[in-house]
Amino acid sequence: MTQNELQKNEQALLVFGCPEVPVQAAIGLYLAGRLGEEGYDVVTAGNPSVLGLLRVSDRKKRYIGKTVDLDRCIGEVAEGKRDAGLCVVFAHNDAGISYAASMRYLLPEARLVVVVFGRNAGELAAQVDFPCETVVEKAVHNPGKLKKGIDEVFGWRASTS
Amino acid sequence: MACIDELNPEILLRGASFAECRTAVEKRCREVYYVDPGYAIFDTHTIGVPPIAVGVEDTFIVFPFTKPCYGTFLIRVPGDEEVERLGQKGRPGGKR
Repeated sequence: MTQNELQKNEQALLVFGCPEVPVQAAIGLYLAGRLGEEGYDVVTAGNPSVLGLLRVSDRKKRYIGKTVDLDRCIGEVAEGKRDAGLCVVFAHNDAGISYAASMRYLLPEARLVVVVFGRNAGELAAQVDFPCETVVEKAVHNPGKLKKGIDEVFGWRASTS
Repeated sequence: MACIDELNPEILLRGASFAECRTAVEKRCREVYYVDPGYAIFDTHTIGVPPIAVGVEDTFIVFPFTKPCYGTFLIRVPGDEEVERLGQKGRPGGKR
């Protein structure tokens, strides 16, 4: 880890949606790992099912960092007890977009990235009418294109020039 | 503080979008208030695109309730002290 990475020490809040779409856990673990390598203090928020999946996959919490129940996390952010410089919301249904809109309102200074995926990704992305960056892919099982989109947004894609 | 599930909520809309919930509240409720995401109703922090419409029907309140796996429901529950708090903290959308 470089000196710059060590000094970053900024909180990255990853907000997971319902775990029924398989790519979410894989791409979430990938993103959490990369952000941790960049020096972010990663916090993972989700419902009990998604946190269970992630904790089993990453039993030593090498990637997912601290975990917090989603409802509790929303409450803490709303009450000013939790802050983040970066917030990434995973959305594959209307509820996910609602959570993203809420995080935009609750963390107005944060960099917000909304990862829209699943079979209805295009329709869902059309509902994103608040300021944020988006990664949109119809990915369900194969995380390849989603990873490529995330790499582009975070500047991790190897230069081809 | 009461848990929403313990209040035996009446489900008015199931799997609705946040926009559908707002429209439904504005159409059905004579008294409407607007709140921002994170506003607490009982033990639940509201989720959605601001402004979130919350309706009052006598002693009941009508509001969207979002769960990650099940989407957004429009529910109606006994309001108790939340009706008074809504009148103080919500932005009035008018009464019909």
